[in-house]
Amino acid sequence: MNKREKEPLLHIVKRDTLPWYRAWGIRAIAIVAALLLCALITAVCTGQNPLEVYATMLSGAFGSPRRVWILLQNLAILLCISLAVTPAFKMRFWNIGAEGQVLAGGLAAAACMICLADKLPNALLLVVIAVAGVLAGAIWAVIPALFKAKWNTNETLFTLMMNYVATQLVAFFIIIWEVPKGSGKVGIINQSTEIGWLPQIGSYKYLLNILIVAVLTVLVYIYLNYSKHGYEISVVGESERTARYVGIKVEKVIIRTMLLSGALCGVAGVLLVSGTDHTITTTIAGGQGFTAVMVSWLAKFNPLSMIFTSLLLVFLNRGALEISTVFGFNQSFADILSGIIIFFIIGCEFFISYRVSFRKPARKAGGAEHV
Amino acid sequence: MFDFVSFIPRAIVQGIPLLFGSTGETLTEKSGNLNLGIAGIMYVGGICGVIGAFFYEQAAGGAAGMNGFLAIAIPLLSCLLGSLLMGLLYCFLTVTLRANQNVTGLALTTFGVGFGNFMGGSLIKLTGSEVPSIALSATNSYFAKSLPFADKLGWFGKIFLSYGFLAYLAVAIALVAAYVLRHTRVGLHLRAVGENPNTADAAGIDVNKYKYLATCIGSMIAGLGGLYYVMDYACGVWSNDAFGDRGWLAIALVIFTVWKPNIGVFSSFLFGGLYILHIFLPTGTNLAVKELYKMLPYVVTIIVLIITSMRSRRENQPPASLGLAYFREER
Repeated sequence: MNKREKEPLLHIVKRDTLPWYRAWGIRAIAIVAALLLCALITAVCTGQNPLEVYATMLSGAFGSPRRVWILLQNLAILLCISLAVTPAFKMRFWNIGAEGQVLAGGLAAAACMICLADKLPNALLLVVIAVAGVLAGAIWAVIPALFKAKWNTNETLFTLMMNYVATQLVAFFIIIWEVPKGSGKVGIINQSTEIGWLPQIGSYKYLLNILIVAVLTVLVYIYLNYSKHGYEISVVGESERTARYVGIKVEKVIIRTMLLSGALCGVAGVLLVSGTDHTITTTIAGGQGFTAVMVSWLAKFNPLSMIFTSLLLVFLNRGALEISTVFGFNQSFADILSGIIIFFIIGCEFFISYRVSFRKPARKAGGAEHV
Repeated sequence: MFDFVSFIPRAIVQGIPLLFGSTGETLTEKSGNLNLGIAGIMYVGGICGVIGAFFYEQAAGGAAGMNGFLAIAIPLLSCLLGSLLMGLLYCFLTVTLRANQNVTGLALTTFGVGFGNFMGGSLIKLTGSEVPSIALSATNSYFAKSLPFADKLGWFGKIFLSYGFLAYLAVAIALVAAYVLRHTRVGLHLRAVGENPNTADAAGIDVNKYKYLATCIGSMIAGLGGLYYVMDYACGVWSNDAFGDRGWLAIALVIFTVWKPNIGVFSSFLFGGLYILHIFLPTGTNLAVKELYKMLPYVVTIIVLIITSMRSRRENQPPASLGLAYFREER
């Protein structure tokens, strides 16, 4: 910096929008580089041939019909939560409280299943469960939104704290409902009668969950891209001042979007409690509320791309689970691998939006080689 | 009668990891970086200390062959190194590559917690022990050594003098950080970077350097919180996931203290108190109420968050450019 006449070695320039195939090319290179690094790390830790490790991962994720179903089920839940956080993120509302909103939805569903089991016919009960779960999720999300809209309270931390409040609330009710007393667990709810369980389509246990989420994906895509609400969300996200200037009521958009966001989380909660696990625990969301943030961001808030990004993360998780059972690691290995891959993808976005030129005339047109 | 003499020391030892974390995060946020990876960094700090201590204990052949200085220095240095690397990674991604801070932070937490649990699991396997934890009691005895005359001073000694050296270090670091931020030129520059990097840049302050330094130093301080937790609080026993959500609480504490590390000293003890209050409050036979008491620290944070935003006094607001990447050519 002291010799100002000297041109710096690197110069960073903002790019125009890259054509989509170049942008995805850069991302693909980043993922391949990340997979290579992961293979190296796995090979060092296990002393196995990296190709074999990836084969193990693939078989862990897709090896048998049962595994594919579990993969799809995990994918559906993660995708549902990612869909939920997306409208809020597009608006630059950092909702990292999806975890708590899912728990709230799940808790409401479980409450209906336990308390109303013999009071309502099953079909009506299912409707009540769905409504209660969606409402609970929406309420959990709208509390921070109200304060954000009125007093500009920091939503990142508010939603984060709401997670723990929800966790403790669930812990409280688990002790109240625990079966048998003193076990600290609720156990499978209505195991013999299956009252309040989402119906099973044919012999496919998870098909209904997957179908519901598939429909939701399309709906959210349409909502965000082809509706007036979706447009307002984008404008508020781009610039709050512009939004106010053109007459959008920002407070109203914030509250409405968070209601939607929470409602979708509530759906995920209902799918988990009533559709999958048929029980409630404090860890039922299992950190997916945070993973969903990454899924949504990696997909650039596009619900259709989210299918692929959530598939990537679920695949890593299932695959790493298989590696850890085969080679005797603990399951946290999956977190390390997904961490590394996400770092690479986050990093490569830089080369999509900026161009690095060197001092010498060797001008690089593409930034891909730096990834 | 509420037993303050046993409550206060427990609240303080519970608060010390939070104090390390929140001091580190305050420094980081003052430079405009919202590092949500602090939870992961504290895990990495803890496990790196454990790794260092573990191999030193193995090499020294048990408590007899251990040198007091090395027994403290090796875990301390490996903890600092581990958390420094995490801080550098965060800076590289958010400052140099201008990535989204929230996403990077969450990824860092995933990675850090995974790294901690994986390494912990591997070490447990290495020792071949029956219980899923590693006990480093020899190292713990060095870290938890309190002043020799603390026992003789009754309640005074118990409340003020019964802690290991890291606890006093936490308070000292917080006070020094508060002084540097408030009363020195470096602190002024740092605050300028966090409030308005454009202006700071125009005034000749190297924005990126300040962001890197503040975030890396902040990470190292936060990492010490993990080290304190394992080596002193948990008596040298590492078990996976034991550290829990303290990293997130540390971030909440930053808001609670309105970005002032000196307030952090008392508020972290207060938080520590709230965290363990459920053990001391009478619940009778109703165990479920205990779970509601555990909600307290979070509810209190939410209330403070709301009150500070409602009063919206200028000196109590977060740094203006918090969470935003800085690019000189983009104005």
